[in-house]
Amino acid sequence: MNTMTADRGASKWSWRHRLLLLLLLTVTLGSLQIPAMAQDEGPELGFQGTFTNPEGEDGPTPVEGVRVEVTDADGAVVGEAVSDAEGAWTVEVTDTGEYTVTVDVESFPDDASLRNPDEPSRTLTVNPGQVRPVLFPIGEGPGPGADSGFDLRLVLQLFVEGIKLGLLIAMMAIGLSLVFGTTQLVNFAHGELISIGAVIAYFFNVTIGMHLILAAILAIIATAGASALMDLGIFRPLRKRGVGLIAQLVITIGLSLFLRYGLLYVFRGDPRSYGNYNIQRGIEIGPIVLPPKDIWSVLISIIVLVGVGLVLQRTKIGRAMRAVSDNRDLAESSGIDVQRVILIVWAVGGGLAAFGGILWGLGESVSWIMGFRLLLPIFAGVILGGIGTAYGALVGSLVVGVFIQMSTLVIPSELKNAAAMVALILILVVRPQGILGRSERVG
Amino acid sequence: MDWEVIFRNAILAGISREAAVYAIAAVGLNVHFGYTGLLNFGQVGFMSISAYGVGISITQYGAPVWLAFIIGLLAAVFLALLLGVPTLRLRADYLAIVTIAASEIIRLTFRSVALTDWSGGSNGINGFADGFYVWNPFDPSVAYGFGSVKVFGNQAYIIIVGWTLAVLVTLLVWLLMRSPWGRVLKSIREDEDAARALGKNAYWYKMQSLILGGVLGGLAGIVLSVGQSTVQPDVYSPPVTFFIWTALILGGVGRIWSPIFGAVAFWMILSLANNVLDQATQAGIVPAAVTAGVRGGSIRFMIVGLGLMLLMAFRPQGVFGDRNEMMLADR
Repeated sequence: MNTMTADRGASKWSWRHRLLLLLLLTVTLGSLQIPAMAQDEGPELGFQGTFTNPEGEDGPTPVEGVRVEVTDADGAVVGEAVSDAEGAWTVEVTDTGEYTVTVDVESFPDDASLRNPDEPSRTLTVNPGQVRPVLFPIGEGPGPGADSGFDLRLVLQLFVEGIKLGLLIAMMAIGLSLVFGTTQLVNFAHGELISIGAVIAYFFNVTIGMHLILAAILAIIATAGASALMDLGIFRPLRKRGVGLIAQLVITIGLSLFLRYGLLYVFRGDPRSYGNYNIQRGIEIGPIVLPPKDIWSVLISIIVLVGVGLVLQRTKIGRAMRAVSDNRDLAESSGIDVQRVILIVWAVGGGLAAFGGILWGLGESVSWIMGFRLLLPIFAGVILGGIGTAYGALVGSLVVGVFIQMSTLVIPSELKNAAAMVALILILVVRPQGILGRSERVG
Repeated sequence: MDWEVIFRNAILAGISREAAVYAIAAVGLNVHFGYTGLLNFGQVGFMSISAYGVGISITQYGAPVWLAFIIGLLAAVFLALLLGVPTLRLRADYLAIVTIAASEIIRLTFRSVALTDWSGGSNGINGFADGFYVWNPFDPSVAYGFGSVKVFGNQAYIIIVGWTLAVLVTLLVWLLMRSPWGRVLKSIREDEDAARALGKNAYWYKMQSLILGGVLGGLAGIVLSVGQSTVQPDVYSPPVTFFIWTALILGGVGRIWSPIFGAVAFWMILSLANNVLDQATQAGIVPAAVTAGVRGGSIRFMIVGLGLMLLMAFRPQGVFGDRNEMMLADR
């Protein structure tokens, strides 16, 4: 399958130099970011949280003056805090281990109360380098009916959230699918492009103080550049030397490990949120409730996906991409610059991964490991739809997104990603080529 | 810079129970990848399921040690069948994706709150390992060793058991690979279609290879959990698989003694890097901020990632490997 042996004689040195250059660049970029990121130095270990009343008179309002107490495993009080005007509180602890966080139910103001007053405490473990977020829901919650087995409103809500997740997965999967289509390489470092995009956007947005939209645009461009550099600095030279696909696959794993822990080094362990569009009041659309950012996320991903579809179908470069995916040798002999097409595929895929990562970070939170966590559902979507087919990836991702969200109706939500993997394995038994894939190499 | 401490720690790391565990798991990976060409990126899943198999059958069902041990290994067989049936007929990358996914499923399931009563949630299971220490001839409170390289009795016991097992499974694999059965595996690695054309059931041979390597992974997991006297879900996280891969590739894929050499070399290099960095920080050569908090730990993973890339790019045959023996061709 790998027929790239043409330039086998190319000098080893030039490629070593390029790798070295890439390393130097990575290290320099890394060291540039460290002092900037270190500015918002919080506690190294501890607990934090924010009391927000979702049913305040003017939408979600912070709850001030709530007392929180942290005790260690022996029951000794190691710290306490009172929530400030933003509802935020932090308790620092000196050591890792298990602690109990208790809320003083009496200290709530009259208009707010704990959703479940019988459970005012949580027992949690602090891991090294972790400021652990603690969630205490306030107010009445989703209301009556939530507990009664089958709830049509909940089903619809989860379905729509599943579509939103599926569209994001589809957007992030395009790069993986296109790179696979053009080079047959399964890129395990694709998840890190997602995290890098989200983290760069955080850097521009929170550390430098730009508006999130501007920060997102810059981050997408930067990640597309980084992704193109990966191809130029690592994978193009490997293809030229005729290194096998499996060796390249192991290299993507090394790259993923290197980048992921590089992000941990720079960004630290705790998840963080962007500075804009943080707390939003949900808008009611018929029976479901969505915050505006989720609606925008759905609209943006649909626009991007339609745009990518149009580019693939209508433009010259899109046709070239499909031609290379279809038959690389034929494409090359009809005058298409295959290496350039592959470079563009890496850049576009990286940019889209970053875009998806930023939108996901907006909906959930930004962390160093988000990309790796998302990589498995993305693989599931791509394989489910049929590996290497662009539209298959879209269908597969939507199915995976909806399946992940809907599965929480039956199983605990901590296992929803595991459920998606189980579904993937089952699908492979029944229809190994995926929903839209052609059957090949089966047997 | 105290070089004596640095080298003593490197030697301790090279003979540690972790190195023995990695060696056993890498022998399994060598059966998969080195001799059959299977891409198993979920070796840690086999380790985890066997360790939990032992822990749960002892703490929940009061099984005797020998039965728990067999149950643990059977759990690995079961996992190999579960992963092999859907993927071994497909391209090699499907197995890669499914195995890495499976190792995460296993970790998430064992650490889930819903199953806390059964598998102990994120704290895992304790108090099942005592039965394995009844044959311990060493005194747990005495340090054994040569010169300043010393370990306490329980450690010494696990180290000896671990390395004995590593050598035994290496010999077993050596014998198997010299047999007609092993030659079929190698022929599948070289050219699956040719093997099938000769009437060999490639699917079933690959399945046997997946089971054998998986059981060796499981054995490694059991040794690790007994050595630590606990089985915790997050010890068995995906990077461990890639550490074992790096150790195997370092030694040389498809070579009999390379897993043992690779595991020892891997842990010594890692320990050297860590200790030199530590000592340099203490001596003020490296600023303390460079290794503060999670940073010191993440450097270790970055070194492994970079090492894996460079090895694969410049010396895919590792230290002992033979380039012609290495397939790394496309499936």
